[in-house]
Amino acid sequence: MVWDYLPLILKGMLLTVEVALLSLLIAVALGILGALAKLSRSRVARAAAGVYSTLIRGIPDLVLMTVIFFGGQVLVNRIGELFGWEYIDVNPFTAGVLTIGFIFGAYMTETFRGGILAVPRGEIEAGFAFGMTPLQVFVRITFPAMMRHALPGFGNNWLVLAKTTALVSVIGLHDMVYNAAVAGGSTRQPFTFYLVVAALFLLITAVSDVGLRRLNKTFSAGVRRA
Amino acid sequence: MDFAAIIGNLDLYLRGLWVTVQLVALALVIGLALAVPLALAASSRRGWVNFLPHAFIYCFRGTPLLVQIYLIYYGLGQFAAVRESFLWPVLSEAYWCALLGFALNTAAYTGEIIRGAMAQTPAGEIEAARACGMSPAMAYRRVILPSAFRRALPAYGNEVIFMLHGSALAGIITIVDLFGAARIVNSRHFVPFESYITAGFFYLCMTFLIVWAFKLIERRWHAHLKPLRA
Repeated sequence: MVWDYLPLILKGMLLTVEVALLSLLIAVALGILGALAKLSRSRVARAAAGVYSTLIRGIPDLVLMTVIFFGGQVLVNRIGELFGWEYIDVNPFTAGVLTIGFIFGAYMTETFRGGILAVPRGEIEAGFAFGMTPLQVFVRITFPAMMRHALPGFGNNWLVLAKTTALVSVIGLHDMVYNAAVAGGSTRQPFTFYLVVAALFLLITAVSDVGLRRLNKTFSAGVRRA
Repeated sequence: MDFAAIIGNLDLYLRGLWVTVQLVALALVIGLALAVPLALAASSRRGWVNFLPHAFIYCFRGTPLLVQIYLIYYGLGQFAAVRESFLWPVLSEAYWCALLGFALNTAAYTGEIIRGAMAQTPAGEIEAARACGMSPAMAYRRVILPSAFRRALPAYGNEVIFMLHGSALAGIITIVDLFGAARIVNSRHFVPFESYITAGFFYLCMTFLIVWAFKLIERRWHAHLKPLRA
C-alpha cells in the first residue's frame, strides 16, 4: 500500500529538483547583476540593488510567493484589461521558479559582492592593461577568481534554496511535499510519507555536499594551502 | 489598488501580528534554552555523546521547516499511541504543533551556531582559564561560553530573522498569525495583492526592528572591539 505511492513521491521529487535548478539559474544571474550594480559607479544602480536586496531579505519567502503568485495574477490581468489582452493565467510553476529565483537572487547578490571584493584589484587592472573588454575581464578573470571566495556562501544559499522549494506546494505545484500530502491522505499515513520526503531532502543535501566539494576543488586550483 | 478592505481589517492584522510575535518569541526562548546543552553535547569529543546531537542538528537543518511542521501537525495523529496519550490535547492543536516545530528547528540552527562559535575559542583563553585553576565547568561558564556568545551574535541575529520569516508557515496550518490574517482578508474580499503585501510590510518592519536591536546589543557586547576614540 505504502509502496504503491513511491512513484508519485519520486515524480514529485523530480519536479522539486527541476524547480530548484531553474530558480538557481535565475538567482545566479540576478545575483551577478545585483553584485555588479552594488559595486558600480552609478548611484541609481547602487540604490536599486540596495532596495532589492533589503526588501527581499526583509519579507518572508512564503509571503513573497503568495504576493507574486496570487497578487501577480490579479495585477497582470488588471494591466491586461487596460490594453485589452485576454485573461492571462499565471501558472504556478513559472510563479514558483520566478519567485524563488528572485528571492535567492538577493542572497546571491550579497555573496557575489563579497566574492568580487576579494579579487585583488591588480588582477582586474592587469586584464584591462592587456586590452580586454570589461566583459572579457569579467568572464576570464573576475568570475573565476571570485567564485572561490563566493563558493561557501553560494553553497549555503543553494541548500536553503533547495529547502525553500517545499513552499511551491502551497501554491498548488505537485512537488514532493504536495504529493506526500496526497499519498498521506489516501493511505491515512501522513507521517510515513512526510518522513520519506524529509529523507529525500536529506539526500538532496548530501548529494549537493559532494558536488560543492568538487566545485571547491575546481575553483581552488592553484591555491597553496598552508 | 484597493486598500479599503485592508484598513477595515486592520485589527485582524494587528491580532495576527501579536500571535506572530508570541510564537516567535516563545520559540526563540525555548530554542535557545535547548541550543546551549545541544551545543555542549555536540562539541563533546566522545562519539556516544555527540552522535545524537549531531544527528538532530543534521536532520533539522537538512529538511524544510514546512515538512517538519507537517510531520508534527498532520503526521503525529497517525499513531494511536499518540492519539491516546495525555499529550494529545496539546498535540492536536495547531498552535502548539507550530510552536514545537519552530522551537526544535531554531534549537538545531542555534545549536550549530553556538557549537561553531565554541570551536573557534582561542586555545590560549582555555589554557589561561585552566592555569587560573578554574574547573572545566567554571571555565565554560566564565570563559568559553561568554566569548562564544559574543562571536555567535551576528549569526544569531540572522537566525532570529529566519525564525520570524519561517513563522509565516503557521498561517498554513490554520493559525491566524500575520500571514493567516492576510489569507483571511484575501478570501473575504479577494484582494490578493493588497492583503499579502500588507503582511509583507509588517514583516519588513519587524525585520528592521530586529536588525536595529541586534545592532544595539552588538554595540554593547562588542564594545571592546570598537576603535578607540581620540
